[in-house]
Amino acid sequence: QKLVKAKMISPNCLFCHIIRQRSQRHLIYYHIREIKAANPHNREARTYGIRNFFFVLICRNYKGDVDMAEIDHFLPLLMQHEEEGLLCPVLSHGNVHFMWIKHSNLYLVATTNKNSNASLVYSFLYKLVEVFTEYFKELEEESIQDNFVVVYELLDELMDFGFPQTTDSKILQEYITQQGTKLEVAKSKVPTTVTNAVSWRSEGIKYKKNEVFIDVIESINVLVNANGNVMSSDIVGSIKLKTMLSGMPELRLGLNDRVLFALTGRDKGKTVVMEDVKFHQCVRLSRFESDRTISFIPPDGESELMSYRINTHVKPLIWIESVIEKFSHSRVEIMVKAKGQFKKQSVANNVEVRVPVPSDADSPKFKTSTGTAKYVPEKNMVVWTIKSFPGGKEFLMRAHFGLPSVENNELEGKPPITVKFEIPYFTVSGIQVRYMKIIEKSGYQALPWVRYITQSGGTLIRLQYNMTYCFRNVFYLSKGSDVEM
Amino acid sequence: MMCDFLFSLVCTGEIFELKAELNSDKKEKKKEAVKKVIASMTVGKDVSALFPDVVNCMQTDNLELKKLVYLYLMNYAKSQPDMAIMAVNTFVKDCEDPNPLIRALAVRTMGCIRVDKITEYLCEPLRKCLKDEDPYVRKTAAVCVAKLHDINAQLVEDQGFLDTLKDLISDSNPMVVANAVAALSEIAESHPNSNLLDLNPQTINKLLTALNECTEWGQIFILDCLANYTPRDDRESQSICERVTPRLSHANSAVVLSAVKVLMKFMEMLPKDLDYYGTLLKKLAPPLVTLLSAEPELQYVALRNINLIVQRRPEILKHEMKVFFVKYNDPIYVKLEKLDIMIRLASQANIAQVLAELKEYATEVDVDFVRKAVRAIGRCAIKVEQSAERCVSTLLDLIQTKVNYVVQEAIVVIKDIFRKYPNKYESVIATLCENLDSLDEPEARAAMIWIVGEYAERIDNADELLESFLEGFHDESTQVQLQLLTAIVKLFLKKPTETQELVQQVLSLATQDSDNPDLRDRGYIYWRLLSTDPVAAKEVVLAEKPLISEETDLIEPTLLEELICHIGTLASVYHKPPSAFVEGSRGVQHKRLPGSSAAGVSEAPPAVIPSQGDLLGDLLNLDLTPPTTTGPPPPASSGMQMGAMDLLGGGLDSLVLLCDPQMGTGFGAPPAAMPASFNVPVSGGLDDLFDLGVSLEIPNKMIFVSVQVWLPAMKAKGLEISGTFVRRAGVIQMEMTLTNKAMSVMTDFAIQFNRNSFGLAPAGPLQVLTPLSPNQSIEAALPLSTVGPVMKMEPLNNLQVAVKNNIDVFYFSCQYPISMLFAEDGKMERQVFLATWKDIPNDNESQFQIKDCHLNSDAASNKLQGSNIFTIAKRTVEGQDMLYQSMKLTNGIWVLAELRVQAGNPNYTVSTICLVLEICRIIN
Repeated sequence: QKLVKAKMISPNCLFCHIIRQRSQRHLIYYHIREIKAANPHNREARTYGIRNFFFVLICRNYKGDVDMAEIDHFLPLLMQHEEEGLLCPVLSHGNVHFMWIKHSNLYLVATTNKNSNASLVYSFLYKLVEVFTEYFKELEEESIQDNFVVVYELLDELMDFGFPQTTDSKILQEYITQQGTKLEVAKSKVPTTVTNAVSWRSEGIKYKKNEVFIDVIESINVLVNANGNVMSSDIVGSIKLKTMLSGMPELRLGLNDRVLFALTGRDKGKTVVMEDVKFHQCVRLSRFESDRTISFIPPDGESELMSYRINTHVKPLIWIESVIEKFSHSRVEIMVKAKGQFKKQSVANNVEVRVPVPSDADSPKFKTSTGTAKYVPEKNMVVWTIKSFPGGKEFLMRAHFGLPSVENNELEGKPPITVKFEIPYFTVSGIQVRYMKIIEKSGYQALPWVRYITQSGGTLIRLQYNMTYCFRNVFYLSKGSDVEM
Repeated sequence: MMCDFLFSLVCTGEIFELKAELNSDKKEKKKEAVKKVIASMTVGKDVSALFPDVVNCMQTDNLELKKLVYLYLMNYAKSQPDMAIMAVNTFVKDCEDPNPLIRALAVRTMGCIRVDKITEYLCEPLRKCLKDEDPYVRKTAAVCVAKLHDINAQLVEDQGFLDTLKDLISDSNPMVVANAVAALSEIAESHPNSNLLDLNPQTINKLLTALNECTEWGQIFILDCLANYTPRDDRESQSICERVTPRLSHANSAVVLSAVKVLMKFMEMLPKDLDYYGTLLKKLAPPLVTLLSAEPELQYVALRNINLIVQRRPEILKHEMKVFFVKYNDPIYVKLEKLDIMIRLASQANIAQVLAELKEYATEVDVDFVRKAVRAIGRCAIKVEQSAERCVSTLLDLIQTKVNYVVQEAIVVIKDIFRKYPNKYESVIATLCENLDSLDEPEARAAMIWIVGEYAERIDNADELLESFLEGFHDESTQVQLQLLTAIVKLFLKKPTETQELVQQVLSLATQDSDNPDLRDRGYIYWRLLSTDPVAAKEVVLAEKPLISEETDLIEPTLLEELICHIGTLASVYHKPPSAFVEGSRGVQHKRLPGSSAAGVSEAPPAVIPSQGDLLGDLLNLDLTPPTTTGPPPPASSGMQMGAMDLLGGGLDSLVLLCDPQMGTGFGAPPAAMPASFNVPVSGGLDDLFDLGVSLEIPNKMIFVSVQVWLPAMKAKGLEISGTFVRRAGVIQMEMTLTNKAMSVMTDFAIQFNRNSFGLAPAGPLQVLTPLSPNQSIEAALPLSTVGPVMKMEPLNNLQVAVKNNIDVFYFSCQYPISMLFAEDGKMERQVFLATWKDIPNDNESQFQIKDCHLNSDAASNKLQGSNIFTIAKRTVEGQDMLYQSMKLTNGIWVLAELRVQAGNPNYTVSTICLVLEICRIIN
């Protein structure tokens, strides 16, 4: 029996597992409750805790070729691997293979004994999280327990005999509803959408005002080494839609894509080379392949239409220089200088510079030329926040920590300094939405809110940057720098 | 709310209470009761006692309640098969419900109930549902066929469901097509030979059309199914690739990986000089790189697959080194995989960058990661010679850190560097010796001991160092003990005067006090060597060691090919063939890449004679397989001919036995005495021979045999040679395909033959002008003359070949078909024929029979003429056609044959005579 008396549980730590099998055929939500042993290094105490305090939260056996009891081996295996530092997304016990992902404190585990398509399994597990999140707002122990009837229904609808079926939550919500009582027999027909070629949009959607909002979000990832050299940089962008259109509209999106311009023979204006592009299910891929046209019938509401990767060399938009002096047994002194390397008229918002500090540091003192610095002991870092950071400006932060006289002899990692920020109304790649054509057979006029900064004074297209760059090495210098506070 | 009653159920009384509620008249109460039952079931309580009561609730028009009851049934039907029957009626009724949701639900649930009695009743409803007007029901029914097949395969076949399922591939609805494909693939997996997924260009076309329209999951089923197809030619292959490439832009990583699988497989068929081939290679890189921004688990799967792809086609990602740089917050499994790929991609062009990265990693805190990073530095040194010096100094820096596991790992890799570049970096030995005491891992200790032994003459206190290890000899692991033994012997041979005592000590420790047979044996060998002939001992122990290869952990090429066919699956994650971890899959055919080169031949399923007009060669080869009764065991290379040949060879042996006077058996032994296994293949062979004749009569008289792998890559450091012999317009040619399966460029090819029976020799040098880069193949035709030195070989047509390249010299032997040697002027004058026939003693005759050859004598004669076997005369005696034929070998020996064909009897009898008996045998 997987259930252990509930009363014994004092939930310090909750785990929940979903186990599915693609050979498939199990989907088990595994719920594990664990009592934290007094001494976490005492392995016996730990295992004891697990063996006695976990149970399957929910499970679904899709095929029946793997014994449901096999899941009992999962957690000990996981713990063992974790302890050896060899965590792996695939674990196996005998001829049963566990493929798992973790979502907050739940484990979703798929089991199989065949040579299953592993990438399909993981994609599906993540899809599962997505669907449940859409249904229950949050996927957690309570939401599964409180909605177990719907969960079972969903599990049946999402996958049959190990084959994923309909996984579009908007469509599922049309015939699998949370309030069972609302479901009238007469209404419970299969939406034709389920089996249609257009399986992501239902017919008969109506809006009074037809609009579509486009967001272009680019994030740049830069890796800077200790010497200040940019090791690698790339831009990952995504175009998100919020569609509020009636009927079955045909959309066409035009970007300043260099390949498209080359194909059509136009060579005016700035163009962008997209290294790789990924599209939502709705985009006609063969059409894009042949003439680079992005044409599609959009899903209703919010969705990510496409993502792209650009391989150009970008300079860090906020440049960081740091001097960290560690005087063993007494103190650590940190000096961080941040410089905005973007246009003066742009402003970076919500800038966050995260600086690592030794885990045994104490009594923090800060001094900043702007913004606020905060010590986050559970993450061993100082977070320096600047609400608004204009281009071309330079700011400084100094921090001082005490160190215990007895040195911690455990080796510590060398986490990088990370920087986060957003710069609205601006794409670093220069990508532009040239047009969005909307055609619907009823002929209505739709407004594509290509919210472009120059058109409407900053309310339409929101462009933001998330930038992370890292200093792998922490400097140990003998003297502070000459930057003025 | 749930929680409340979830835990409120107390064992006693609750079942009783539920029973009452289930039988209540109120619908709402009933439903709540069923919910409670399911809730108990979910948390693992046994509520099977309520079976009849729950089944009673089944007849309801409330869909939700119905679903709950069905759920209950799926769980408990197996434990209560008799009661499950009670539900059958409702199922059958529900399968006719006007609401498609209910029809589908019923058929879906019935398939999940694994009770034999129920399955019988399932057939009729299933048949209807497979033809349902609603696609939702059809797609559910399609999956149900796979479920039913899993329970009772025979039933599915008897009921003809498989054919219906095949018809669904042509369904108008893409989702139905996708599910039908998935179901068929699943069924086919358990019946590898059933040819269920009879893939032909028409079905492929249907699948490709559906590919554009179905859901992401459907696309995966279809792509996985496509990957099992083998296109007929490169054009078809290209057109499929063209239609699959758009999938590389799908947002779902699993779709991308399945598309990559299809492309990687079909790419094998494309000629490398095709423009499209290059375009395709370029298209593959960006999506593979993008997979690295997916969720970590998917990244892991992608990286494991990229590892395979990089080994198969390094050119795809050779410029993408930077994306494999490790990020601080990558999970450990991603870090380790990235590191592996970094080493594979390391080359002279990027080595500086890679080294800088590796040095960073080596100072991290994660032990496994650091170890692997240190090891990687060593591998770079071995792989890229120009970087060796920098790598060694990096390693020395790391040793200075004194971090225990870093030092040990560094010493292990430095040993390998010494092996690769002997006598180059000995200056570091002093530093290494300083760390002797800190080594506690066997591998590191063994490596250190090896270094001390190898360079004993340069280390003044080598004896002291080794002696210090000797103290705890019995506590060391075997690895260290063996190494210590060898090292001390080396030391003794280098400095005999000072170390006699030491060597005696270690020898007695190894031979007298040890229980380990390996250690004891090695001890005795050294002991005897040293006591009998110290000079020989020196030659043996201090011999120059072969260089170690650059790539240490390459996957063996045939396994790699199989894994490429399994991209995206668990096999590709484990880097193991499915048969290694899936129960019951042994004997399932291994997947192979298609290929214009005969790379796969070495794995050809046994006892299958190559089908297309192939070949005279086969027939002849049969005879040529070394007869074990008369000669030494076949040379190593004959192993390449694999199963087919072996089997046939067995048959041949018996034949030889029958025909060989030395074995005391007379000629003309009754054909019936021949082993059955022989008859069938040979007749097949002759069929082929005849087929061949037809194709060869046309213009320029060519004779060729099937392509064989002569030199497998694993035996020749990555060089694979496959080839065949061709006779074109009187010139014998050896046509070879040289494939570089190693990671480095090959140049400077040359070829030489050993002396052989018919004096075959290269008429010119081997023309391989361009360097052969990794994974590239090149074709070379080598014209042969027959004027070389002659030496009789066993078997006669054996040819020993040596091929040299910049890496090494490799040897292989192959057998050429004797028909290559039949000269065009082999037509004898009738008179001469008659005279010769009489002149040759009867003892020189050999006879055999060919069965199942449905050609009349004229057709046969025509076809044989294509192979330079000329018919001199024909006569008919008692309904038997007798063909008299002659052929002339290049060395001037004539062979005469009599072919007896009886009308209506598909069996031919052939008698050959020749002055030289052995030739006679071989020609048979």
